Amino acid sequence: MGSAQDIVTSEERRDIRNRWLLSAPALFLIAIAAIGPLFVVLLYSVMLKGDYGDVKFWSFSRDGWFEVFFQKDIFDDTVSWADAHIIVLWRSIRLASYTTLLALVLGFPTAYFIATRDEHRRDVWLFLITIPFWTNLLIRTFAIQELIRNEGLVNSVLLGLGVISTPIQMMYTDFAVMLGMAYVFLPLMVLPLYSSMEKMDFRLVEAGYDLYAGRFQVLRKIIIPLVKPGIIAGSILVFIPALGSYVTPRMLGGGKILMLGNLIDLQFDQGRNWPLGAALSITLMAIVMVALLFYVRNASKSGAGHG
Amino acid sequence: MVTGKAAIQAVGVSKVFQSAGQDSLKALDDVSVAIRENEFFTLLGPSGCGKTTLLRLIAGFDFPTDGDILLYGENIAPLPPYKRPVNTVFQSYALFPHMTVAQNIGFGLEMLGKPRDEINARVSEMLALVQMDSMRNRRTSQISGGQQQRVALARALAPKPKVLLLDEPLSALDYKLRKEMQIELKRLQHETGITFIFVTHDQEEALTMSDRIAVMSKGRILQVGSPRDIYDRPSERFVADFIGETNFLEGALVSTAKDKGKVKLVAGPVIDAMIPEGLKSSTKVTVVVRPEHALIGKPTKASVLKGVLGNIVYFGTDTHYHVKLEGGGEFTVRQQNNQITNGSFMVGDKVGLAISLGTAQVLRD
Repeated sequence: MGSAQDIVTSEERRDIRNRWLLSAPALFLIAIAAIGPLFVVLLYSVMLKGDYGDVKFWSFSRDGWFEVFFQKDIFDDTVSWADAHIIVLWRSIRLASYTTLLALVLGFPTAYFIATRDEHRRDVWLFLITIPFWTNLLIRTFAIQELIRNEGLVNSVLLGLGVISTPIQMMYTDFAVMLGMAYVFLPLMVLPLYSSMEKMDFRLVEAGYDLYAGRFQVLRKIIIPLVKPGIIAGSILVFIPALGSYVTPRMLGGGKILMLGNLIDLQFDQGRNWPLGAALSITLMAIVMVALLFYVRNASKSGAGHG
Repeated sequence: MVTGKAAIQAVGVSKVFQSAGQDSLKALDDVSVAIRENEFFTLLGPSGCGKTTLLRLIAGFDFPTDGDILLYGENIAPLPPYKRPVNTVFQSYALFPHMTVAQNIGFGLEMLGKPRDEINARVSEMLALVQMDSMRNRRTSQISGGQQQRVALARALAPKPKVLLLDEPLSALDYKLRKEMQIELKRLQHETGITFIFVTHDQEEALTMSDRIAVMSKGRILQVGSPRDIYDRPSERFVADFIGETNFLEGALVSTAKDKGKVKLVAGPVIDAMIPEGLKSSTKVTVVVRPEHALIGKPTKASVLKGVLGNIVYFGTDTHYHVKLEGGGEFTVRQQNNQITNGSFMVGDKVGLAISLGTAQVLRD
């Protein structure tokens, strides 16, 4: 009896060891590729900045974090809010929120359309939705530029039709950045929405109609509550990369519409203020964390309660 | 049968489903039927006969390709479902999983814009009606299948529809619960006085619950009548075959007198049978006799049919005797078990059969 049990436990032990061995590469990768750099960034944010970029190692300083929110006047050393950073921060949150909203408004009917097709046709539509992902982000952003620049397709058509007499300035505006991001991130909204709609029992929609709910009421009272997990997942997937977006605001916003990603880039490049760049990066992560927590809390609340 | 006012009328209704790359499917073919006020009306037929399609057209989930659907004389065929005072109990119940029992029941009234206290009062009334008072604030995932069924009923009845549509609502329940719900449904129909249109493929369910039954096959209504009419006086082979067990005897109609006639069977003897209206004599006909409408005994001169006992199957309350008829064919007799008949026949015995007066029925086809 005793020896049999010993065999079992030693087998179990080997099992556990094997499991650790099998997952070791993944754990190693996570440690090296995710936690490691994060630690480096954290470290850099509390160092003194170097004269030509980089940091002076092991000379700790609060300057990086201080400069995220405050600025010191170079003449009289008075401290004031770092307006420029706060403006960029606010713009990033605002544009990322608008982008999420726009992607939701465009993505919801798209996902609904796909989910209500025949089963074999859904695959074709899903395939089409993912096509933009095959193309490089730069190319896609250039394509948007081609559409909305002053000599672009939209302005040419409107001018040709005589709807407008001078081209509408769309490039280098908040609108351009938002449009570009919504276009780029739309599939990230459509796919989770589709997967929750596909699981939805469409007889519930019929039941709603049967019980005197019109189209809008069915949407509001039945479809939206039922696909809420998809709405939340899609919103998170769009909001987070939009908040840290770099290429799109740079190309469509020109130098004028700075977002957090560009601001961070600036500190490591021309600004030569690596501690500030590192501190800003961590600030961005913190905002994402707060946004996630907010969503998760909201999601669990709507899952359990509803009145 | 007293003819009441028609609550629902289908007038020449056809429904063709078109789908790309496939042949179009004619689900309903020129169906006309009138369903009376306060009636428990059943659409009975095998799957694919069009019964659910007809129900969906009345509910408004589909629209007829041709024909009208009248609700108290008014054509509702083009109206969307939320503009019809008709509610449905779905086969799968289709309760809203993100709402409580009470919210489900109150949903229809809420959508109709009723005031809050009226909704609450009606919800309480409905919960009492289906005996679910204690489940008011439960989620629909926290109650059993039978309870979900009751909530679905309460939800559909709460807005006081003019007609209640029930799409095989009992098919997901186990046998005992189904029996209970059959009685419950009859009670609810009686108490609410609402016209029920019930769809089922279960002939026993149809016979026990309905005021009238429409038997459907291949998109057409074959016969409409009371359960007794449908069972005792089937007009077509499909109806006779689909409902209960039946013996089919081939023969020729030799003479007619009002609703009765004499049929000379292929096997030889001439029997009396009921005939449907307008059937002419000397045509080739089929006669149906229910197994319980025949009597088995020792062969005598008076025996209408004679044969050899091929098999005896004991069922507890009754026994089935399978008889090989002289002149070909088989005939099943069902006899209730009692002290006298028990054990009086053996397989291989020569037996004679008598048919109860007025029970043999000539089919139209």
